[in-house]
Amino acid sequence: MAEELKDIILTYVTKEYLEDDSEPLTYDAPLISGGIVDSFSMVSLKRFLENKYQISIPDDEATPEAFDSVNKIVSLVERFVAKKA
Amino acid sequence: MSNIGSYDERVRTFDWSLAEQELEYTAGAGLNIGWYCSDRICDKGGADKLALLWENAQGEEKRYTYDDVRVYSNAVGAVLRRLGVERGDRVCLFMDKVPELYIGVVGILKIGAIAQPLFSAFGDESLLVRLSNAETSAVLTQKKHAFKVRKILDKLPHLKHIVIVDHDGKTPLKDREVPFSLEGSKAVENLECFPTKAESPSVLHYTSGTTGMPKGVQHVHYSLISQFLTAKWVLDLQESDIYWCTADPGWVTGTSYGIIAPFSLGVTQCVLDAGFSTEAWYRFIEKNRISMWYSAPTAIRSLMKGGDEIVKKFDLSSLRHLASVGEPLNSEAVVWSERVFGRPFLDTYWQTETGCIVISNYPGMEVRPGSMGKPFPGITGTILDPSRNEPYPAPGKIGLVALKFDWPSRMRTYWRNEEAFQKKFRNNWYITGDRARVDQDGYYWFAGRDDDIINTAGHLVSPFEVESALLEHPAVAESAVVSKPDPLNLEVVKAYVTLKPGFAASKDLDLEIMNFTRKRLSPLAMPQEIEFVDSLPKTRSGKIMRRLLHAKEWGEEIGDTSTLEND
Repeated sequence: MAEELKDIILTYVTKEYLEDDSEPLTYDAPLISGGIVDSFSMVSLKRFLENKYQISIPDDEATPEAFDSVNKIVSLVERFVAKKA
Repeated sequence: MSNIGSYDERVRTFDWSLAEQELEYTAGAGLNIGWYCSDRICDKGGADKLALLWENAQGEEKRYTYDDVRVYSNAVGAVLRRLGVERGDRVCLFMDKVPELYIGVVGILKIGAIAQPLFSAFGDESLLVRLSNAETSAVLTQKKHAFKVRKILDKLPHLKHIVIVDHDGKTPLKDREVPFSLEGSKAVENLECFPTKAESPSVLHYTSGTTGMPKGVQHVHYSLISQFLTAKWVLDLQESDIYWCTADPGWVTGTSYGIIAPFSLGVTQCVLDAGFSTEAWYRFIEKNRISMWYSAPTAIRSLMKGGDEIVKKFDLSSLRHLASVGEPLNSEAVVWSERVFGRPFLDTYWQTETGCIVISNYPGMEVRPGSMGKPFPGITGTILDPSRNEPYPAPGKIGLVALKFDWPSRMRTYWRNEEAFQKKFRNNWYITGDRARVDQDGYYWFAGRDDDIINTAGHLVSPFEVESALLEHPAVAESAVVSKPDPLNLEVVKAYVTLKPGFAASKDLDLEIMNFTRKRLSPLAMPQEIEFVDSLPKTRSGKIMRRLLHAKEWGEEIGDTSTLEND
């Protein structure tokens, strides 16, 4: 699941938040601290994950650190998907 | 010893001529902010002093001395002149916090053109409205943002040049685009500054309006006098300081106190062009030995969320003075900063229209956590009774924050909208749009906005602008936008939406509308919550009653509903 998740999230972030399509995003690229996704936009990214994976991420878990790369987001989502199961 | 010394003594003896003398300016002589921010510092022996230390998210670093700022701003001015940009033309800076932005503003001002900085996260609709209104002739931007300008180019007949400041030479340039490179450009040792005077236009910043489109706030070169002195007395900037203003120059704080004030004072400043991260911010302070830090309540509250333990991992002993701006600084944040940094964040209050800090806490003055402080010496503030438009005779009552409009950096008008400018006054008092009370000792205490403008993380968002963008989404029939309380950002944008026939509320539609608004306007203006409703409360004449929705969000009394339409 992790690989598929990674690609879905990477594609979504690239499509929605990346302005310069000449530099492809990597799974470890810093999204929040790197200024690709700001704290306001993070709300829409969180909403996407919740809708897509039918999970609810509490605000205190949706931190800039937890959203700072595709890999970190994958870990977060996997944790909540597992909880749901 | 702080620069201000005794606040009370400064109030008693104040005259703006103090700043004029320090800047060696005499009434009627030439005054060009660009020259004051670069050439003058070099003439005074500061050519080799570090002016700007810039770092990005990848840790790449660039350093510029005052002589670099002088020569590179000359290069910016020269290239714009070659393109035909003249005195009074509007030149927009649409960039991240890159060196070209800081030095570009100086260069634009040097040739007498008007600098129009715009937040780089603006979407194409926000950009179009502001560039159209200002009839901007040239835009300085990065290749990563140029696509937004290209999208709207057909609607901007006045826009003649798009200067790409980081053109790599590989990507083909499009219509009206010009390549430029700060470091790659030919050194321009001498550039004749345009002989601007005190009242010559300098900076045009756009601010949100309650009922109309954004308004251009027109400032003049004489604003330097206030910006210089307030930075000296409130931010206490001193010769040996390493200064960090976290604001983006796309907004007024980043221009007044991130470019004009520190450069005119010859101070070394640092810029971190990266997103927020608690650890990265502390590391930046430690690494660069930041001594004066000017930030915003939302950032401070985010740092608070990070906890006390992380602070101990860094040596932050270089910090000697902290200040905050953008929204009311809650007392908890003041107390917290005193505990973890050993000094409180001092709240400062001002607006795009005021051009400089007008009410503040000062070094050496007793800090009352949660208070806005007292008016800057030379600035007369009051609390107006809204029913009479007269100052309350005694302290304690909440009313309108009003100012005698007579300090150097006050706006001169709204760009081509004198009518809106005149509406800002009642009984010769400038009405800020904020409500507050004054205590027995003259401290101001913020109580809220007096209009529908939303202050989110220190940035003002117009509900009208968001509603207009929402209506462009194919599913939206009607919309009403209000603020919603938020523990981190003070307020966030909330939208009430009715849908057109054939569309049904869903989580996917909710996300689609959020992203639609974000891309058209900006992430700040994106509703953080959308509530789909069957109908919106309206007056009998059909006007949407935002105040009812606002009251619902804030748990306030609904008030008079006699004009409410019956369903």
